[in-house]
Amino acid sequence: MAGGIATALGAKSIKVNQKINGATQESPWVRRVIIATGLVYFFLFLLLPLGAVFVEALRKGWDAYVAALIDPDALSAIKLTLIVAVVSVPMNLVFGVAAAWAITKFQFPGKRLLITMIDLPFSVSPVIAGLIFVLVFGAQGWFGSYFLDNNVKIIFAVPGILLATIFVTFPFVARELIPLMEAQGKEEEEAAIVLGARGWQVFRYVTMPNILWGVIYGVVLCNARAMGEFGAVSVVSGHIRGETNSMPLHVEILYNEYNFAAAFAVASLLAVLALVTLLIKTFVEWKAARVNAELKED
Amino acid sequence: MKQKLFKQSVIPGFGVTLGFTLAYLGLIVLIPLSAVVWKTTDLTLAQFWATVSEPRVVASLKLSFGAALLAAGVNAFFGLILAWSLVRYSFPGKKIVDTLVDLPFALPTAVAGIALTAIYAKNGWLGQYLEPLGIKVAFTPIGIMIALIFIGLPFVVRTVQPVLEDLDKEIEEAAASLGANRAQAVFKVVLPIILPALLTGFALAFARAVGEYGSVIFIAGNLPMVSEIAPLMIITKLEQYDYSGATSIAVVMLFFSFILLLLVNTLQAWAAKRTGREL
Repeated sequence: MAGGIATALGAKSIKVNQKINGATQESPWVRRVIIATGLVYFFLFLLLPLGAVFVEALRKGWDAYVAALIDPDALSAIKLTLIVAVVSVPMNLVFGVAAAWAITKFQFPGKRLLITMIDLPFSVSPVIAGLIFVLVFGAQGWFGSYFLDNNVKIIFAVPGILLATIFVTFPFVARELIPLMEAQGKEEEEAAIVLGARGWQVFRYVTMPNILWGVIYGVVLCNARAMGEFGAVSVVSGHIRGETNSMPLHVEILYNEYNFAAAFAVASLLAVLALVTLLIKTFVEWKAARVNAELKED
Repeated sequence: MKQKLFKQSVIPGFGVTLGFTLAYLGLIVLIPLSAVVWKTTDLTLAQFWATVSEPRVVASLKLSFGAALLAAGVNAFFGLILAWSLVRYSFPGKKIVDTLVDLPFALPTAVAGIALTAIYAKNGWLGQYLEPLGIKVAFTPIGIMIALIFIGLPFVVRTVQPVLEDLDKEIEEAAASLGANRAQAVFKVVLPIILPALLTGFALAFARAVGEYGSVIFIAGNLPMVSEIAPLMIITKLEQYDYSGATSIAVVMLFFSFILLLLVNTLQAWAAKRTGREL
C-alpha cells in the first residue's frame, strides 16, 4: 500500500516536472507532426494496398468472387498450396526444435557459424533459391539424368515446388525458438534429469510447456510463407495449370490474362491468411506478456 | 581435447539433435547452394564476364541495388519515425498499427505486387491523380522502389522498437538537467544509442529488397534497360536455357548477400554491446 502511494507520488512529480521542463518531451505540435508522418507512411505503403486487395476482389460482385474461387483451376491451386504447407511446415518444425535444442542446451565449437548458416535462406533471393534446385535436379543438373532415366520428375513438378518451399521457409521455427530457449536457460531440464526424468519426458513435460507459444508463432509464420511463396516456386514450377500451379502462381496467371477481379479474389484468400497470421502473432505476444507478468508477481 | 571443446552436460540428446540439424541443413541448404559454386567452376572467366558485363545485365544489377538502397533509406527514416510514435506516444488505433506493421512478412509478395499496381497504375487509385502531374509510378523505377519500401517496411520498425522501449528515460532527464534542449537530447543522446539497431534494420531491409521478385515484377513493367530487375534477368536466362548466364548473375548477387549477412552480424554484435541486450 505504502509502495503504491510512493509510486503514485513519484509518477505525479515526474509529470509536473515534465510540464515545467520541456526538455524531456517534445512540444505538442512536434509530437503531432511525428505521429502524422508515421501514420501517412503506414497508410500509403501498408493499409492502402491491403484495402485494395479486398475492394478489387469484390469489384464485380459476390457472384464473380465466388465463381473465381470455385473455378477448377483455382481449386486445384488451393489444393496444391495446402499440400505444400502440410509437407513443408512439419519438416521445418522438427528441424527447428532439434536445432534449437542442440544450440541452446549444449556448448560446442562453431555454434555461431551454425546459427548464421541456419539464417542463410533468408539472405538468398527467392529466385536464386529456385535456381539452385534447377541446377541440382534440372535436365542438365547434377542428378537430372538419373531422375530422367527413372522417369521421376522433380523440376516442373510437385517435388521441386516442395523442395523450393522447404528451402525458403527453412529458418522460421528455428529462428523463433533459439532466442526463446536461450533466454529460458537449461536449469529446469537439468533439475528434471537429476530427479530421474528420461530424455523424452524432459522435453514433453518441462521444455514443451515453456516453448509452446514460440513454437506456434514459428509454425504460423512458416506456414504463411510456405503458402505465399512466389519467386522460388515460380522458377521450379513450370506453370502447368491444374498440376503445378500454387495459389500465388494462379494469381499471376489470372492477372496476366487481364482477369483482374478473379486474380484479386484468389489474392484475397491469401490476404485473409496473412491477417489471421498477424492475429495469432498478437495473441501469442499478449499471452507471453501475461506469463511474464505472472512470473514477476511470483 | 573432447572434454575441453564439448562441455559435459547432463541433458541428453546432443548427438541426435545436432546430427539431425547438420544433416538437414546440408541436404536442404548447403548442398543445393554449393551447386551454384559448382556450376560457376564450369564457366571460364571470359564467359562469366561476358554475361555480367552485358548492358542489360549491368542495368538490371544497378537497378536492383540502387532501388533497394533508396527504399531501405526511406524505410530507415520513416520506420524510425513510426517506431518512435509507437513507443513514445499514444494515439487512437495504435494497437492496430502495431499489429499491421508485420503485414509485409505475412502477405504473399505476389498479392502485394498486384495490389500496389492497382493503386499506382496510370488508371489506378492514386495513379490517376499522379499521372496528370507528370508523375509516372507504375512501369518505372519509382514503382519498383514503392514495392521495395512495402516489403522492407517492418525491418527498421521492428529492430528499433525494442531498443527504444528498453531505453531508460533517466538518460534523457540527465541530459535535460545538464542543460541540453530537447533536440540535443534526442540527436546527441538517444540517436547514438539506437543507431546500431537502426543500421541493422536498414541492412536487413536492403538485403531483402535486393533479391525481391514477386512484389516487383507486376508494378515494374519489366522494360529492358529501364525497369528490369536482376532476379528477373536470372529467370529470363533460365527460360532461354542459358544456365551459365543465370548462374553468373546469381553468383554476383550471392556474393553481395554474403557481405551483407556479415555486415548485419557485425552490426548486431555492436548493437548488443551498446545496449547490453541480445537482438
